[in-house]
Amino acid sequence: MDWVNAVIQGALLGGLYALFAAGLSLIFGVMRLVNIAHGDLIVMAAYLGLTTSVALGVHPLLALVLVIPMMAAIGYVLQRGILNHTLGDDLLPPLLVTFGLSVIIQNVLLEGYSADPQKMNGGALETASVSVGSLSLGLLPILTFVVAVGVIAGLQWMFYHTALGRSFRAVSDNQDIAQLMGLNKRHIFGLAMALALAVTAIGGIFLGIRTSFDPSIGGGRLIFGFEAVIIGGLGNLWGTLAGGVILGVAQTVGAKIDPGWQILAGHIVFLLILAVRPNGLFPRVSA
Amino acid sequence: MPEPILDIRGLDAHYGDFQALYGLNLTLAPGEVLAIIGSNGAGKTTLLRSISGLMSNGAAQIRYRGTPIGALRADQVASLGIALVPEGRQLFPSLSVEENLLIGGRVKRAGPWSLSKVYELFPILQDRRHQASTSLSGGQQQMVAIGRALMANPDLILFDEISLGLAPIIIRDIYAALPGIVGGGMSAVIVEQDISKALSVSSRVYCLQEGRVSLEGDSATVSRDDISRAYFGIA
Ligand SMILES: Nc1ncnc2c1ncn2[C@@H]1O[C@H](COP(=O)(O)OP(=O)(O)OP(=O)(O)O)[C@@H](O)[C@H]1O
Ligand SMILES: [Mg+2]
Repeated sequence: MDWVNAVIQGALLGGLYALFAAGLSLIFGVMRLVNIAHGDLIVMAAYLGLTTSVALGVHPLLALVLVIPMMAAIGYVLQRGILNHTLGDDLLPPLLVTFGLSVIIQNVLLEGYSADPQKMNGGALETASVSVGSLSLGLLPILTFVVAVGVIAGLQWMFYHTALGRSFRAVSDNQDIAQLMGLNKRHIFGLAMALALAVTAIGGIFLGIRTSFDPSIGGGRLIFGFEAVIIGGLGNLWGTLAGGVILGVAQTVGAKIDPGWQILAGHIVFLLILAVRPNGLFPRVSA
Repeated sequence: MPEPILDIRGLDAHYGDFQALYGLNLTLAPGEVLAIIGSNGAGKTTLLRSISGLMSNGAAQIRYRGTPIGALRADQVASLGIALVPEGRQLFPSLSVEENLLIGGRVKRAGPWSLSKVYELFPILQDRRHQASTSLSGGQQQMVAIGRALMANPDLILFDEISLGLAPIIIRDIYAALPGIVGGGMSAVIVEQDISKALSVSSRVYCLQEGRVSLEGDSATVSRDDISRAYFGIA
């Protein structure tokens, strides 16, 4: 029963990883940008959530009402002000600039909040659990997973059933021709980053309720998100959720074998999948 | 002569160090259909890319209804009412047939063209509307590319080699649709390798050679000898 428990806990943890990964996947899909600062933006969202919930005396999940639009606005400005200028035929400039951004965000957070680990107060949600048979599952991981599924479903619907999603796909296919349709790609990229960071806000706040965080942990979150995207196959949002689940299960099962193995087991599974299926498990079938 | 809808003066275009157009002059009257001919590499596509804003040029080198547009971005040019049917069709592979058409209508200009009008013009597209655009035959893809441009309700439409790579019977069908498109008063620039096709659908013709205009004339009266000379540069 312990093993079943580990697998289920891991699967639920995968929901959090999918929330980390969805934004990465979205911006890579739309503009071929690998955002090295993505993990630090997740941590920044957690701090914004902390400050908002403390200042207003509200539950961190309620703080999302403010943090989501804040992160979206930051995303749009960041894209139009900086990142758009790095995009071109060369993949290196965006990597370097987002790497620099990662360092800057960490330092700003360090200045503002110190290196001491912080945590958001989720109240009763943190300890509440539901019994399923002989298993006891935390309400917070379940809620995280349900939200992740909802977010992925929402993104998927937006991508394939709205004019905005159509514009995202068109720009992703061919930027020049998309411009001919009257789409300003700079604006579309700004909207994509806004959406990606809105999702990041959700991921950051669930992270900050679940565990303590400090300004240095962004890199690890980036890696988990990145691994989930690659395992699931680039450009496939449901695949990203599956990737997150696989990574989460690998980690909790690894930790069950030996607590020191948690992170390593995730990386090993990632590398194994990459070796067998270099395009991930569910790559987008190119039309 | 009425004020030209398009007035190009001294247009230069470059790809890095390479100059593709040299001080090109061209005018187009409202409602006129202009043909552009010229051998491979003459600069026809470069000219259309410049007009549509995919290449940036000196602002005043291209005027549209008197407004300098040479330095505008393609999306800005599109919203002014210029649409391009690009060489090689260039449909969006991730979009279905209907989505390709819908995105063409994104600039939301008022006018006669709508999804149902395009389906009336090319009925086969209606049957295929939920298919991936890449699953269509070349001719059907060209119909989507034309429909996509029409959906913007442009005042000026630019066609870049719409018969390229298509079977003669398909080319005939597509050209048969042209009067229904430009008959409504839309101005058009048609780049075409097939000279007799080009002459038969246009009122005036320009021949390009190595980035310069080597001939300009009335399509009905221009002589074949003059064309061969302008085309191949035989002096
Ligand atoms: N992206 C590019 N980079 C560099 N040079 C280019 C590029 N595109 C075109 N050229 C050059 O510019 C010149 C004009 O090309 P353009 O495509 O406009 O010719 P074209 O008349 O459309 O030819 P075709 O009939 O083959 O379509 C050619 O010499 C071509 O080699
Ligand atoms: Mg060409």
